[in-house]
Amino acid sequence: MSTAHESHDAHVDAASGTATTGHEWDGIRELNNPLPRWWLWTFYACIFWAVCYWIAFPAWPLVSNYTTGVLGWNSRAAVQGQLADLRALRATTSERLATASLQEIEKSPELLALARAEGRVAFADNCAPCHGAGGGGAKGFPNLNDDDWLWGGTLAQIQETLTHGIRSGDDLGHQGNMTPFGAVLSKAEISDAADFVRSLSGLVPADTPSVQKGAAVFKANCAVCHGEDAKGNQELGSKNLTDGIWLYGGDKATIVQTITNGRGGVMPAWGERLSPTTIKALTVYVHTLGGGQ
Amino acid sequence: MTAPAAKTHATPPAAPDIDADDVPLYAARRAIYPQSVHGTFRRIKWIVLIVTLGIYYFLPFVRWDRGPDAPNQAVLIDFPARRFYFFFIEIWPQEFYYVAGLLILAALILFLMNAVAGRVWCGYLCPQTVWTDLFMAVERLIEGDRRERIAADNAPWTIDKISHKTLKHTLWLLIAWWTGGAWVLYFDDAPTLVRELATFQASATAYISIAVLTFTTYVLAGHMREQVCTYMCPWPRIQAALTDEYALNVTYLLDRGEPRGSLKKVAQLRAEGKPAGDCIDCNQCVNVCPTGVDIRKGLQLDCIQCGLCIDACDNVMDKIHRPRGLIRYESEANLEARARGEAPVRRIVRMRTILYAALICGIGGLMLATLVNRSSEGLAAIHDRNPVFVRLSDGSLRNAYTLRLINKKLYDRSFSVSVSGVPGATLSVVGTDSGSESDVLTIGPDQTREVRVLVTTRDKLDAGASLPVTFEIRDTATGVAARANDHFIAP
Ligand code: SF4
Ligand code: SF4
Repeated sequence: MSTAHESHDAHVDAASGTATTGHEWDGIRELNNPLPRWWLWTFYACIFWAVCYWIAFPAWPLVSNYTTGVLGWNSRAAVQGQLADLRALRATTSERLATASLQEIEKSPELLALARAEGRVAFADNCAPCHGAGGGGAKGFPNLNDDDWLWGGTLAQIQETLTHGIRSGDDLGHQGNMTPFGAVLSKAEISDAADFVRSLSGLVPADTPSVQKGAAVFKANCAVCHGEDAKGNQELGSKNLTDGIWLYGGDKATIVQTITNGRGGVMPAWGERLSPTTIKALTVYVHTLGGGQ
Repeated sequence: MTAPAAKTHATPPAAPDIDADDVPLYAARRAIYPQSVHGTFRRIKWIVLIVTLGIYYFLPFVRWDRGPDAPNQAVLIDFPARRFYFFFIEIWPQEFYYVAGLLILAALILFLMNAVAGRVWCGYLCPQTVWTDLFMAVERLIEGDRRERIAADNAPWTIDKISHKTLKHTLWLLIAWWTGGAWVLYFDDAPTLVRELATFQASATAYISIAVLTFTTYVLAGHMREQVCTYMCPWPRIQAALTDEYALNVTYLLDRGEPRGSLKKVAQLRAEGKPAGDCIDCNQCVNVCPTGVDIRKGLQLDCIQCGLCIDACDNVMDKIHRPRGLIRYESEANLEARARGEAPVRRIVRMRTILYAALICGIGGLMLATLVNRSSEGLAAIHDRNPVFVRLSDGSLRNAYTLRLINKKLYDRSFSVSVSGVPGATLSVVGTDSGSESDVLTIGPDQTREVRVLVTTRDKLDAGASLPVTFEIRDTATGVAARANDHFIAP
């Protein structure tokens, strides 16, 4: 190192008395001062560190692979380890969620916060694609924040629906369909029935002639499931048609479509995929969105 | 081969007499062997060292009673619980601006100290200086004073030398380790942590932190020393830009000291009636300097203004019966006044000191005022994003919010929650059975509680209306309230 400059024109700067590197740029020469020694050591230490790192950790890309390093560390295993740690950390609290009843969970502020936190995450992972991020629903997928429940909005009912689903293929799941009436009723009858249904929530004046006719059609065909008062039946999953809340839409064309072709939305049986504790957390979460009964 | 090269080095053509001190930036480190010294400034430095290190090492053990539910450590940075305790003060993460204020205050106090007396921070208070001083004291204790250390370092390795060196480095490492150990005690209950550390039950974070700080203390105070000040620290650069002609600097009085010469030579000059200086060129000021500076060359970046050369020089002046103060704290303005033969003036009160002092009082006062008046309850509201509003089967309209209630008091408190701003609105809190207009919630000591609330109205609102709503929580015992604003949105 100390002899580097000497192979060139060994020029010595007059002002400082320091040798230069021998390079010259328009009369300007670079002084050849040595680095502080500790600096150099730091530099070597960094190189040493880098080499150790290559040996210890995944570092170099190979053609179809990479050097894995002698420590065998990889980020996937690290994440899995952290997840396992997290589960261990939560074991005691999830234990309490597992043993407490749904009512007990809602009564205790601490368990409620816990269940809602877990439920929120599980909801975002599993339910949000259909029901929306906050359970606001979409066409064909009910809004879970309101108090209109097809299959019941008590804790137990929500838990059952979550576990076994709707038309999910699970034997214990909810089964009922909205029957298609396209082959049974004439177009005029369907139109009248639609007018009648809309009049129940004030969308069509009750004294319209078609509503009167529709009432008869409703009584003969629909009241079996939806009830004489059209308030629906949670045993069958038949909708309350009087509350102004629509699953598929309350405009006439949509209702005509619904009557003609029927409806049969599917909700998966989550009991096959999620743990009972997670389903409990989801139940409490959905129940506390605002519409729970 | 080497001969001509060595020659080029040894006798550079036309090279003037170069002093190594003039080119410090890229030079290999000169070994510095500071000599011990006694005197006023040395005594001040010892006192400062004992007080500051005493505070640092023992403060974590000071207890402060905050009641059963809070830690009883006077100074504690509780990361898991996100709290910072400082005696009677407790700071939550969202109040981090107090720490920013504290840092601003610290900077201003540094500036004020500098305006009044130059680099007192560097000379007396900086951790780098204090720990280096401690390490040097240990070094002197084991290896002897300057002469012995130089002699030992030049001598071949003997059992004696090896054992001395080993003992020194062991002691250094112990102090460094204790330094790191004290640091982690600020982050957990100190007595418990000491027990855990001793029985190897503390967290890896604690051991790693201690190891890192042991290493840095050992290297910075044992080996890097003045190089930290000269190469690494930003303060000397900032200080140089902040200082003015009234700030005190350790100064050698050129006019009084020169021409210097040995005692004999000076006596002879005096006898001949020729001018003779007080400096007898004994090099004591250089020998005691912890940064290896010759202060007689004038103000230098390397000089941390510790005043030890003043002590050394005063001792010499006492011996040769000349007045003290050949090296002294002096301002540039005074040096000029002295050159003109005028009386020295001390101007502590001047524009910049007044300004700094005013800023310090202002900011300090403001912080104190906000701290004293800081509310110990808080409320934040977040509107549901999906769905923004809900139509219920009876036709009423509902908006849902998440409320976060904060209780900064160290005991349970109950708050009644209410809402205003929406005609005909009722408020219900999810998870407690109620549908009434206000509801009472209990929050544990020093805690927050998040609840979901539903605001429902049966009144008909304009389409697309967005009404401002105000949530209020009111302490059922004291009536103190906190509010949060949001909106109620209609379809
Ligand atoms: S120069 Fe920097 S490190 Fe050195 S004593 Fe001053 S403030 Fe401390
Ligand atoms: S020159 Fe004097 S004041 Fe400056 S660092 Fe050295 S001993 Fe301290």
